[in-house]
Amino acid sequence: MEEKWIAGTPKLWRDIPLIIPFCPGCQHGTAIKALCEVIDELGMENNSVLVVGVGCNTMASVLVNVDSVMVAHGRPGDVASAMKRVLGKDTMVITWQGDGDTLAIGCEPTVHAAARSENITTFMVNNANYGTTGGQLAPTSVMGQVTTTSPLGRTPSHGYPIQGSEFLGSLRGVAYSARGAFTSPANYQKTKKYMKRALGKQKDCVGYSFVEILSTCPANWHMSPIESLKWIEEEMIPQFPLGEFKNVDKIE
Amino acid sequence: MAEKLLIQGNEAIGWGALAADCKAFFGYPITPQNEAIEWFAREFPQRGRVFLQSASECGSINMLHGGAVTGVRAMTSTSGPGWALMQEGMSNLSNAELPCIIVLVQRGWNTTRHAQTDYTSVTQGGGYGGYKTIVLAPKSGQELHDFMQLGFYLADKYRTPVVILSDAILGQMMESVELQTLDFEPLPEKDWAVTGKKDSKDGNRRFSSIAQGMLPTPRHPNLCSFWEDYKNKLDSIKENEVRYETSQLDDAEFILVAFGYVARVCGQALLWARDKGLKVGLIRPITLWPFPSKIFEEKSLTGAKFLVVEDNMGQMIEDVKLSVQGRAEVHLVSSLDRHLPIEEGAIYPEKVLEKLEEII
Repeated sequence: MEEKWIAGTPKLWRDIPLIIPFCPGCQHGTAIKALCEVIDELGMENNSVLVVGVGCNTMASVLVNVDSVMVAHGRPGDVASAMKRVLGKDTMVITWQGDGDTLAIGCEPTVHAAARSENITTFMVNNANYGTTGGQLAPTSVMGQVTTTSPLGRTPSHGYPIQGSEFLGSLRGVAYSARGAFTSPANYQKTKKYMKRALGKQKDCVGYSFVEILSTCPANWHMSPIESLKWIEEEMIPQFPLGEFKNVDKIE
Repeated sequence: MAEKLLIQGNEAIGWGALAADCKAFFGYPITPQNEAIEWFAREFPQRGRVFLQSASECGSINMLHGGAVTGVRAMTSTSGPGWALMQEGMSNLSNAELPCIIVLVQRGWNTTRHAQTDYTSVTQGGGYGGYKTIVLAPKSGQELHDFMQLGFYLADKYRTPVVILSDAILGQMMESVELQTLDFEPLPEKDWAVTGKKDSKDGNRRFSSIAQGMLPTPRHPNLCSFWEDYKNKLDSIKENEVRYETSQLDDAEFILVAFGYVARVCGQALLWARDKGLKVGLIRPITLWPFPSKIFEEKSLTGAKFLVVEDNMGQMIEDVKLSVQGRAEVHLVSSLDRHLPIEEGAIYPEKVLEKLEEII
């Protein structure tokens, strides 16, 4: 069956009979749109597999028109590592994950896939809380942030946020690590550039590549979409600065 | 004639996997299966096959997921504590209907010594959701080798994980193993394998999900349709794949029941008992799930008494009792009957014979 392509949506965005899966003002759909565009623009539609964990990110497994696998919460790093090793260098293996999926329950697979310098690419959408389950404290919640499991705000007793891009960028096996956001059209383009560079590292078999994408969660932040964008700029970016943290052509 | 090697059971797993054309192994060190993971580390890469050491058994089972979803034959091996960590993965592999093999080299709870303490966990399904997996229980190095091939065949036939239940004695013992390649019926094509759309015959994307029913797949539009298909699959396995071995059962008034290495202990006890003129037989379940209930049901109607012998505190005995439904006496020889009351102790045929004479 040929799938219908609606003008204005990315070519790889599947037209499926589901209720719009994201809350109003949420940027996760924007992030998936960027993913669709990047895969399409790089001509990787037919040789990519997408590995998706559990959370709002799960929707990517039904929305993107490439071969996809939905796996256990936190485990795309393991699944993708194995798939890449079996399928070989000509297949692009991409994980699409949230911040909890990557850095809390998925810390072990993420860190060890990076340390083994697996030729895979991880895209982590960071919305500073657990969106699907109703806004609980995440490894990337900022200091002072009110969540349903830190009702008086994040304090040192909850621990400190993990800066995934800087952390992974410090590992020897990592070829590329960057953080982008969708707070402006310029940032949207810049983030897409990071995503393409990351996939380029995989294509050239340099090693593990990682891009973190800051994203709004208006429903759980209890803000309007506009306020949410402002909150990313004022509260998140100071603790999660944008830019590239590692970019090498050879793992030394 | 096929080559014969004097090897450990743990190594027989490797040669069996090779004969089955297994392409990928994922694992984490744990006693008493270390010779298995070391065999794959040594032998697989030089044959162009994948060996990858994980960071935990949670990692192993999810790497296995990644290997299996590409359509190649893939496996892992572990022991009890690692098996426990794999349970979420077992649920997911069952839901996603991915064929693969998990070899469980049992140890005595959390000692590194021999026992059969994971029977209930493998046959009941230790994870969530109410799945079942085929469990094959070899009794020798040769069977470990051959059951790897049978296991992959059954896994592919039914799209399910298969557990090969070994233990420290089978794993560590050296025996002569013939490296024979077994023949099986042709299998369906793996058109579900996720390898990139370039390989898709109809041009449509493939989607594999651990949440069949929630995220609709062409196979399963909702949870109830998935449950129905899944139940039919389990029923079909129960109908067609029950395997067991019997010995001198025709006139038996007393029936020994044992799986794995203990079945060989019972074989000796049976010979001694027959020498003494006792009418003793043996049933050895080979598939622990599906359990061979019918033969127990049949024999319970003859008035025979059962003596279950297992190196744990009594796990398979539950299935035997369920099968005979109160129509026959069911007795137990357990780990408490070892020749020495310590980890190094073992269930000896003398003890089995002694217990038989007690019952009689």
